[in-house]
Amino acid sequence: MSIVKAKNLTFEYIRRDEEGNVESINKAIDDLNIEIEEGQFVAVLGHNGSGKSTFAKHLNVLVSPTEGSVWVDGMNTLEHENTLQIRQRAGMVFQNPDNQMICTVVDEEVGFGPENIGVPENEIWERVEKSLKSVGMYEYRNANPTKLSGGQKQRIAIAGIVAMKPKCIILDEPTAMLDPNGRKEVLKVLHELNEQEKVTIILITHYMEEVIEADKVFVIHEGKLQMQGTPREIFSQVERLKEYRLDVPQVTELAYELRKEGLDIRPGILYSNELISELKRIKEERNVDNSR
Amino acid sequence: MSIIVDKINYIYEQGTNLERQALKDVSFVIEKGEFIGLIGHTGSGKSTLIQHLNGLYKATSGHIYYDEQDIYDKNYNLRDLRNKVGLVFQYPEHQLFENTIFKDVCFGPKNQGLSKQECEIRAFESLRLVGLDENLYYHSPFDLSGGQKRRVAIAGVLAMQPEVLILDEPTAGLDPRGRDEIFAILKRLREEKNITIILVSHSMEDVAAHVDRIMVMDDGILKYDDTPRNIFKHYKELEKIGLAAPQVTYIMQDIKEAGFNVRTDAITIEEAKKSILETI
Repeated sequence: MSIVKAKNLTFEYIRRDEEGNVESINKAIDDLNIEIEEGQFVAVLGHNGSGKSTFAKHLNVLVSPTEGSVWVDGMNTLEHENTLQIRQRAGMVFQNPDNQMICTVVDEEVGFGPENIGVPENEIWERVEKSLKSVGMYEYRNANPTKLSGGQKQRIAIAGIVAMKPKCIILDEPTAMLDPNGRKEVLKVLHELNEQEKVTIILITHYMEEVIEADKVFVIHEGKLQMQGTPREIFSQVERLKEYRLDVPQVTELAYELRKEGLDIRPGILYSNELISELKRIKEERNVDNSR
Repeated sequence: MSIIVDKINYIYEQGTNLERQALKDVSFVIEKGEFIGLIGHTGSGKSTLIQHLNGLYKATSGHIYYDEQDIYDKNYNLRDLRNKVGLVFQYPEHQLFENTIFKDVCFGPKNQGLSKQECEIRAFESLRLVGLDENLYYHSPFDLSGGQKRRVAIAGVLAMQPEVLILDEPTAGLDPRGRDEIFAILKRLREEKNITIILVSHSMEDVAAHVDRIMVMDDGILKYDDTPRNIFKHYKELEKIGLAAPQVTYIMQDIKEAGFNVRTDAITIEEAKKSILETI
C-alpha cells in the first residue's frame, strides 16, 4: 500500500503587486505523479529549486496543491479535517537543527510534540524515553539541547518526531550542516527506525553517498519526476544525473571514469567490493590474452 | 600580506561556571595566496578561530600580526583589518536585504565610505567574478535560486576588495553543481586576484580536491597543519575526532587489500584513476 501518493500535483508560487494583481507565476511543481510504498526507505534528489522541498511540504500540509491531489496514508491533504491527523502520521525534520529547538532540556523538547497532540502525561514520558533510546540519546535526556553537537541536535529533532508515533518521517537535507560523524549518526538512526520500527523514511539530500542504501530513489527536475528506480538503476546514468545538476557517489564516479578510459567495467557500481571484482575479472582476462 | 597567529587562547564566559576554553595555544602562519582548508567536528573551535582573524573576537591571551602589525595594539585600526579580511558566514544569503542585487553588492563598499562611482565599479567587478548573469543585476535577490543567492552574498564581500577571504561552509545545502560553481569562483579569485582563501568545510572530498594546505582543529587545539595528502594519511586519528578521509581514499585501501598494488594515499578521483590504470 502506498503511504504517499501524488497525482497530477501542480504547485504555483504566485506573486502579487500591492493592488493584488498577479505579477508572476512560478510553477514549482509541474504535474508530478509519485507513489511511495509504506515501510520503504526512499531518497529524493534534485537541484536547488527543483521542487523537491515544495513536494515535501505537501506531505505535511504546510502547503496545499494548486492543482491535483496528494494523499498521505490514504487521506487527501486538501480536506481540512485531515490536517492534524496527517501531521501526526507524517513528521518533518528540517536542515538547521537550531531552528527546531525550543526547550531548555532534551526530554521536554522531545515531549513537546506528544503533549501538543493531547497524549496523557504518563504516556508522554514513556514515549519520550522510548524515542530517545531509539536515536541513542537517552543518556542526554537532562542535557541542554543548545550544548549538543549538530548530529546530536538533529537526532533530538528526530526523536521529537518519533515520539508522535508517525508512520512516515520526511527529512529535508537533515545532514547539510553536519560534520562527517554527525552525518553518519543521523543516517544510522534513520536506517534503524526504518528496519526496526518500520517507519517510512523520505530523505531529501544532496549527499549522493547517503542514497546508496535506499530502497528507491526519485529524481525531481524542474518540478517533474524525471527518474525513479533503485540506487543502482539511478547511479548507472551518470551523464543524465549531471545534466540535472546532480552527481554520483565517489566509487561510482571512479568506476565511470575508468570505463571512459577503456576498462570494461559495468555501469552502476555502488560499493568498493563491486569495483574490486570488476578489476579482478579485467586483470584475469588481460593475463589470458597476454599468455596466448 | 601575511598573518601570524602566535599562541592564542580564547575562553568563553571567563569567570562563570559556564567557562569553556575554545582555543588552546593556537599558532600558525599564513602567507599571501595560500588556499587553506580548515576542518574539525562541530564545536572544535573553527568558527571561533576564524572570527579572531578579522578581529571580531579578541584572544584572551596571545597575539595576531597582520602584515607584521599587532592587531591588538591600541593604535591598530580594526575597521581597516575587517576590510582586508572578508568573512563569508554560513548561509550568507540570509543577510541579503536590498531590493536589487546590484544595490545589495554596493552596500559593503558604500559603508567603507567610497564614492558612488567606485562602489558601482566594484559591484560590477564582483558580480562578474562570481559569474552571475548580467540580466539579473537589477532583479530582486529574493528571486534567485539558492546557489545564485549565495554567489551574490559572496560578491557583497568581494566588493570590499579583501586580501583574505574566509568562507564558513560556503557549499552547505547546495546541489552538486552549485558546489562546483562555488569552487570555480574560488579558483578564479586566486588566479585573477591572488586572494588568500581560508575555507571551513565538513566535506573531506571537497577539501581534498581543492586546497593546498589543511588545518585540523580538535577541541580547541590545532591538531594537524599539513598538505591534504599528509593529513589524510592520519585517517584513523581523524576518525577518532569525528572526521574522515575522502571516500576515494577508503576505496583505494580496499583495492590494495584485495591484492592490487595501488596508491593508498590517493585523495582525488583523478589520482585514483591514474593509479589503477598504471596497476592493471
